[in-house]
Amino acid sequence: MQTERLKVNKTYKIYIDGKFPRTESGRYFLFKSKNSDDVANVCHCSRKDFRDAVTAARGVFPKWSKATAYNRGQIIYRIAEMLEGRKDQFIAEIEQCGYTKEQAQKEVFKSIDSLIYIAGWSDKYQQVYSSVNPVSTSHFNFSILEPMGVVSAIAPNKSPLLGLVTTIANIIVGGNTVVILASEEMPLPAVTFTEVLHSSDVPAGVVNLLTGYRSELASQFASHMDVNALVLTDADAANGALQKSCAENVKRFINWSKIDWSNGSICSPNFIMDLQEVKTTWHPIGI
Amino acid sequence: MKKKIKIKSSKKIITVKPNLANKIEFTTPANLPKDVPQILFETDWTYAPAPEATDHAKINKKYDLFINGKWQEPKTKKYFETVNPATEKVLSEVALAGKEDVNLAVQSARKAYEGEWSKMPASERAKYIFRIARIMQERARELSVIECMDGGKTIRESRTVDIPLAAAHFFYYAGWADKLNYAFPNQKISSIGVVGQIIPWNFPLLMAAWKIAPALATGNTVVLKPAETTPLTALKLAEICKDAGLPGGVVNIITGDGSTGAAIVEHPEIQKIAFTGSTDVGKIIQRTISGTDKKLTLELGGKSAHIIFEDAPIDQAVEGIINGIFFNQGHVCCAGSRLYVQESVAKIVYKKLQDRMKTLIVGDPLDKNTDIGAINSKMQKDKIEDFISGAKKDGLEIFQTSCRLPKQGYWVQPTLFMNVAQSHKISTEEIFGPVLAIQTFRTVEEVIEKANNTPYGLAAGVWTDKGSKIFHISQQLRAGVVWANTYNKFDPTSPFGGFKESGFGREGGKHGLSPYLQLGM
Repeated sequence: MQTERLKVNKTYKIYIDGKFPRTESGRYFLFKSKNSDDVANVCHCSRKDFRDAVTAARGVFPKWSKATAYNRGQIIYRIAEMLEGRKDQFIAEIEQCGYTKEQAQKEVFKSIDSLIYIAGWSDKYQQVYSSVNPVSTSHFNFSILEPMGVVSAIAPNKSPLLGLVTTIANIIVGGNTVVILASEEMPLPAVTFTEVLHSSDVPAGVVNLLTGYRSELASQFASHMDVNALVLTDADAANGALQKSCAENVKRFINWSKIDWSNGSICSPNFIMDLQEVKTTWHPIGI
Repeated sequence: MKKKIKIKSSKKIITVKPNLANKIEFTTPANLPKDVPQILFETDWTYAPAPEATDHAKINKKYDLFINGKWQEPKTKKYFETVNPATEKVLSEVALAGKEDVNLAVQSARKAYEGEWSKMPASERAKYIFRIARIMQERARELSVIECMDGGKTIRESRTVDIPLAAAHFFYYAGWADKLNYAFPNQKISSIGVVGQIIPWNFPLLMAAWKIAPALATGNTVVLKPAETTPLTALKLAEICKDAGLPGGVVNIITGDGSTGAAIVEHPEIQKIAFTGSTDVGKIIQRTISGTDKKLTLELGGKSAHIIFEDAPIDQAVEGIINGIFFNQGHVCCAGSRLYVQESVAKIVYKKLQDRMKTLIVGDPLDKNTDIGAINSKMQKDKIEDFISGAKKDGLEIFQTSCRLPKQGYWVQPTLFMNVAQSHKISTEEIFGPVLAIQTFRTVEEVIEKANNTPYGLAAGVWTDKGSKIFHISQQLRAGVVWANTYNKFDPTSPFGGFKESGFGREGGKHGLSPYLQLGM
């Protein structure tokens, strides 16, 4: 009698500096599948993991921010291609979170389409939002956009892939690097998404993903002195305490908690602009 | 001079005595020949006094609060004096607005917002703002004189920079009022409501214009608090709003101190705060509004790097350095207060800089010849002097001109510190006075790293004749404004604001509109 083949389970890791370590703390928390007996020992990340991730994100920032807009667009398009190729895996993983097959499909397809949309903006938002300013002295004066730097972000709890993917893409398309905390309730698709990133020519450190508890890590995301902006995507996370911590280094506080990622509102370059600085340059005109 | 320069003209040969002031001196001070004549700036460089008359400037003995289009006594019953920092004489008494007064101002702004102002066609709104611009231009001389008397800045700067630019800001934003759809196509745009604005003492009227003009153009109503030491031109602006027929409550101007500002920030019916001032206070404001839906823009401190390469036009660069640090007594958030000179030209730059400094006239701000006026307040003077004496104590190499300072008033001599360590307080902290910290560098990479090694990111300057180098450097500098081969230039069409701890949001230009709008998809 032939026995049923024993499934090989995956160890879910985190993603820092283009590598897949487990948390330095050695801790885990349990994720139980809603539609099977599968369990996963998800990394219960520490503040040290976060600091390591920020170091990686800061290190690659000069390179990523100076990559050509075309190159960044190509890379984000590549992420979409890789995700398309592995869509069945993601649909299955999202079903494990309690989604129906149909809901899971929608989540994955929208994620792919969102990536395509944002990839297309990579070399266009500058043209829409930059300006040449008609100053009344003999100067050539122009304002261009530059990325804010290292961004920390807390992904929405309820949208395990679409919210995460849209948040990441809007941040990195403009040359920022990011450390993002995955959905606490549904962390597995986020971890698997880092494998997609890894095979899409995204330079190491541009996206770093941690899993763990918001209650433990969020305050560090807000207060770290080498982080330039904090993006919150859930109403429960958008509390005053985190915003208060941002003042420590005049961190930009970006509140995307009112965004419903499942509707058309994901289609706007305003999210890219939320993470851009305007730089104005003057030069005299003369002989 | 023994040597004569011959210039050929079509008719005859004329001889011209070389003008020493324009002579380009390329020898370094160490091997300067002894027979080259030098100007003794202390004695050869004098001007007859040319004071601006003040009799046409009307300053009331006492000012109340401008709320709901009327002058109203403060509920606190308190007034405080505003002093001319050049003479220490009291100019006027202004009201101290308390919590209750702030509330009255906010209620009047709310009523105006919900009533007339938001229902008015945008093109009509524009016409009011145009009117304000025009009246400011018409009263420019009076405003320049009062700005000079109340703040200590020179008449030369207040009449050529502050006042014309303030009027230009109103003129620029007036035109946007009925064209906002072109700035934000495909978006739902709406005004925010009541805006609370708190401004500093270094450019009193100009900062009021930077704040009020875009707020009105976008359909908001305003509660503005000028700085404690420089309330007068803002109060004159209140008179202008009244004379322009602006509906009551659209602009409320309330004077007071830090507690007044705090009451504005904390008021629950204000939807947006715009603040220009110190980074410390900016952080307090950011903390205070956390957990609310208030929008915020901050324009905070700076320690801007000013970089001189060996291939720069040195004489122009020296002018730029002077303008960068001594403009407005150095009371400029974007002052080029950290100078980086490439080692190969350091000696010649030091020499020329010191020579140029000797020509600077410090004194009566109302005198049209004066280059550097009075320090804005005793408090600020003490703060600057603490920095200078601290640096002296640490043995830093100092240069100060020997100009005589008036006996009355608050003054600081233009000051340089050379070979300052990157980590020294003088190179890291904002002094907000006429004090320049100089360092040298060798390579492009080194100077970029040094320039960016600061929590601030407001502005930067770079001098080189090589275009590709300018773009390379300006791309790497983490600062909101980069002046290439120029410094301290401002224009209403040009967005201004910082990276990092110099704040967020932009003022000026198209980018200055969005902080005052609600943008939707």
